[in-house]
Amino acid sequence: MAFISSGYNPDKPMENRISDIGPRKYDEFYPPVIAKNKGKWLYHEYLKPGVIVHVAESGDEVFTVRVGGARLMSTLLIREICEIADKHCDGYCRWTTRNNVEFMVDSKDKVDPLVKDLEGRKFPGGSFKFPVGGTGSGITNIVHTQGWLHCHTPATDASGPVKAVMDELFADFQDHRMPAHLRVSLACCLNMCGAVHCSDIAILGYHRKPPMLDHEYLDKMCEIPLAISACPTAAIRPAKVEFGDKKVNSVAVKNERCMFCGNCYTMCPSMPLADTEGDGIVIMAGGKVSNRISAPKFSKVVVAFIPNEAPRWPTTAKTIKSMVEAYAKDARKYERLGDWAERIGWERFFEKCELDFTHHLIDDFRDPAYYTWRQSTQFKF
Amino acid sequence: MAKHETPMLDELVSGPWPSFVDDLKQLAAHRAKNEDNIEYQIPVDVVEDLLGILELSFKHGRTHWKHGGIVGVFGYGGGVIGRYCDQPQNFSGVAHFHTMRVAQPGGKFYKTDYLKQLCDLWDLRGSGVTNMHGSTGDIIFLGTTTPQLEEIFYELTHNINQDLGGSGSNLRTPADCIGQARCEYACYDTQDLCYDLTQEYQDELHRPAFPYKFKFKFDGCPNGCVASIARSDLSFIGTWKDDIKIDQEAVAAYIGGEFPPNAGAHSGRDWGAFDIQKEVIDNCPTECMWMDGKQLKIDDRECNRCMHCINVMPRALRIGDERGLSILAGAKAPILDGAQMGTLIVPFIEAVAPYTKIKEEVIEPIWDWWMEEGKNRERLGELMKRQGLQRVIEVLGVDPDPRMVQEPRSNPYVFWKEDEVEGGWERDINEFRKHHQR
Ligand code: HEM
Ligand code: HEM
Ligand code: SF4
Ligand code: SF4
Ligand code: SF4
Ligand code: SF4
Repeated sequence: MAFISSGYNPDKPMENRISDIGPRKYDEFYPPVIAKNKGKWLYHEYLKPGVIVHVAESGDEVFTVRVGGARLMSTLLIREICEIADKHCDGYCRWTTRNNVEFMVDSKDKVDPLVKDLEGRKFPGGSFKFPVGGTGSGITNIVHTQGWLHCHTPATDASGPVKAVMDELFADFQDHRMPAHLRVSLACCLNMCGAVHCSDIAILGYHRKPPMLDHEYLDKMCEIPLAISACPTAAIRPAKVEFGDKKVNSVAVKNERCMFCGNCYTMCPSMPLADTEGDGIVIMAGGKVSNRISAPKFSKVVVAFIPNEAPRWPTTAKTIKSMVEAYAKDARKYERLGDWAERIGWERFFEKCELDFTHHLIDDFRDPAYYTWRQSTQFKF
Repeated sequence: MAKHETPMLDELVSGPWPSFVDDLKQLAAHRAKNEDNIEYQIPVDVVEDLLGILELSFKHGRTHWKHGGIVGVFGYGGGVIGRYCDQPQNFSGVAHFHTMRVAQPGGKFYKTDYLKQLCDLWDLRGSGVTNMHGSTGDIIFLGTTTPQLEEIFYELTHNINQDLGGSGSNLRTPADCIGQARCEYACYDTQDLCYDLTQEYQDELHRPAFPYKFKFKFDGCPNGCVASIARSDLSFIGTWKDDIKIDQEAVAAYIGGEFPPNAGAHSGRDWGAFDIQKEVIDNCPTECMWMDGKQLKIDDRECNRCMHCINVMPRALRIGDERGLSILAGAKAPILDGAQMGTLIVPFIEAVAPYTKIKEEVIEPIWDWWMEEGKNRERLGELMKRQGLQRVIEVLGVDPDPRMVQEPRSNPYVFWKEDEVEGGWERDINEFRKHHQR
């Protein structure tokens, strides 16, 4: 391949440089019906799972068809989205915060052909390219992070478990039978790039082995003080280590203090944590971010560890499915998963979800832990 | 013929949910065929090798990516994340596989001509693999080589009028909900405020000067569709001060079963006839609603704007007219010291362009304080924890307000300041001794 210059001159990087221009302005990309009625919408209604109508003061209507998708997306698929948007939506489309794609049309008769077109498109293996759904009291797309596909600290994959879990929950992506909406999120290590800590159900990658120490290279590859100060539990100290016939500067880790966060590894590549048996998944439940009825709250750890079962993570998928079913069966209309668990009591939650309560689930991390223990005689048998 | 066998990944092509494996395989085959005769600027087999190395991770249960290393474009401290694989001899196509964060437009609305321009650029100079979108909100270009970074940046800025987003210890690309563009609940123009602040603070976005990352997110109402309260250092959530507007005829239509409750969100199950008492009034957290004959009444002074009743009856109830936003500060994910939700620091502020008050009375004083006192890698929420909400109130120069707390303290250990105590702390021990023997 021959190098094609964009016009950039490496010898004069500032020549004709354009910088600090920011993103394109939002209103360049509004479909006309949106531009016209912005701020003047009256109400919306889900016509069926995945299809929403918004009605404006002017009487205008916009019909939105929402489709799920992997956030990992090829340019081929984006071009196909463009082709659909050109054909049905005058060249406009949008993405939602949860990685869904929305196609908007301005009259009802355009909805069915659009839905039909979308539902007819499949990948060679048989999966839908554009499954319609993700609205209302159902289960929408899983927000997630990079996993084994791109990051250096994951304790699990992201795209793989998401695909496996969404296959399991697929019927509810296209249904409205839940008591309230249910959000699932995944982060592949406890840095939680995706901020999964407030989801109805969170899938979290977790290491369980302290870092290995590559003494031979450690001092050459790392700034030892940085690695030491990166550790949130002060588990790392400097150490002189015999290596072959010489003494080298390195570190020592107090293994029992390690919370497996991987911060040391981020600072120092000679301290890898990843491990086939050590790594796996934590399931958390009961968080929310909306202020509806109850205040936002954090998800709680309900399963301390499930091994990584590539390629389809069957135990993870099944555990989530059974929690979803217990919730669907027992919760009241409008009740979020966390509100349900609090109403029936967490002791009942574990019973109804058929989950084991192990010592790992009792908080022992710093001061706030005390306040999560039961300080009353109000419990259920 | 695929370059690497991928038996484990192949198990992810079945099932109804869109298969990223099939998508990547199609892209790999497309690049190999190259029917459009593109002069690919990075290895043609980059996607084959991506699948190959991912398969290896599936087999090992471990990632095969190494640390970033410092790569970027001239003059910017963020927007590019360096990435190298730890098996370059077998997977040379992904030996360098850097990410570029491309700042997304507000509301994530797109015109297809723009998307196609991005695709053309990314097919030529990158892997053709993207994230639509990353968790922060950016369009993510996943996988290119170091020499292409400046070329991509040049083409983005010169031909597509498009900039990179943020990464590192700086302002991250702000993100917003769809808001007024299509949502009747929006109490301010999330897209305009997001865009305005993004443009105003380009320098903070591209050139790291902060102790750590900083995020703005914009929710148009307390439903919180972009989860700002859980994941942004400053969370802007729309709200209103006056009364919820009630259309009594529409209330009657909900009661009569003409309109589906919650906009039809519960259509998948027979929940029985709509019961306004049970579903709306009894669920109101402040118990400020009641029926007066056929009229729905709300004691609006007692409403905490939780959105429930409006969500259930969007055709009957509408947000008030005296609109603005609440600002919450300090949310972060669990690392290092546990997760934190945002704390309410500004109960109400108007959100009208050019947003001078928001910038000059909230954002900039908070930044000045954090840049002055924040330790390296200390998020705003951690600084708040270390120095207290009192300090935030001082920084903002506002009066303490019971709205800012869940409850008052239950310990009396007040750190009184000397100037708060009559007569100060300096006393004469001899004067004291005149009345109190040794
Ligand atoms: C020591 C702490 C952390 C480290 C070392 C870290 C490291 C990283 C790395 C290496 C990536 C790039 C992944 C890739 O594309 O290859 C990333 C992405 C990201 N990080 Fe972090 N992170 C940390 C903490 C956090 C926290 C606490 C948050 C959220 C509050 C966060 C939010 C994000 C987001 C939103 C992304 C984009 C992820 C995506 O879209 O997949 N990070 N982080
Ligand atoms: C219970 C109260 C909630 C109601 C009534 C509500 C209502 C809505 C509505 C009407 C939309 C469609 C907006 C539009 O595109 O026109 C929407 C979208 C969305 N909401 Fe909410 N919302 C609620 C809570 C939440 C929560 C708690 C989250 C996040 C955890 C959330 C995340 C989203 C996201 C990401 C979208 C974009 C669409 C998607 O990806 O599925 N919402 N919500
Ligand atoms: S959650 Fe952890 S492993 Fe996953 S992308 Fe973020 S930093 Fe990487
Ligand atoms: S993994 Fe985290 S807790 Fe363990 S040694 Fe490294 S920095 Fe410390
Ligand atoms: S946060 Fe509120 S205004 Fe924004 S999209 Fe969600 S429901 Fe609408
Ligand atoms: S918004 Fe919430 S608190 Fe206010 S009246 Fe409605 S249900 Fe009650």
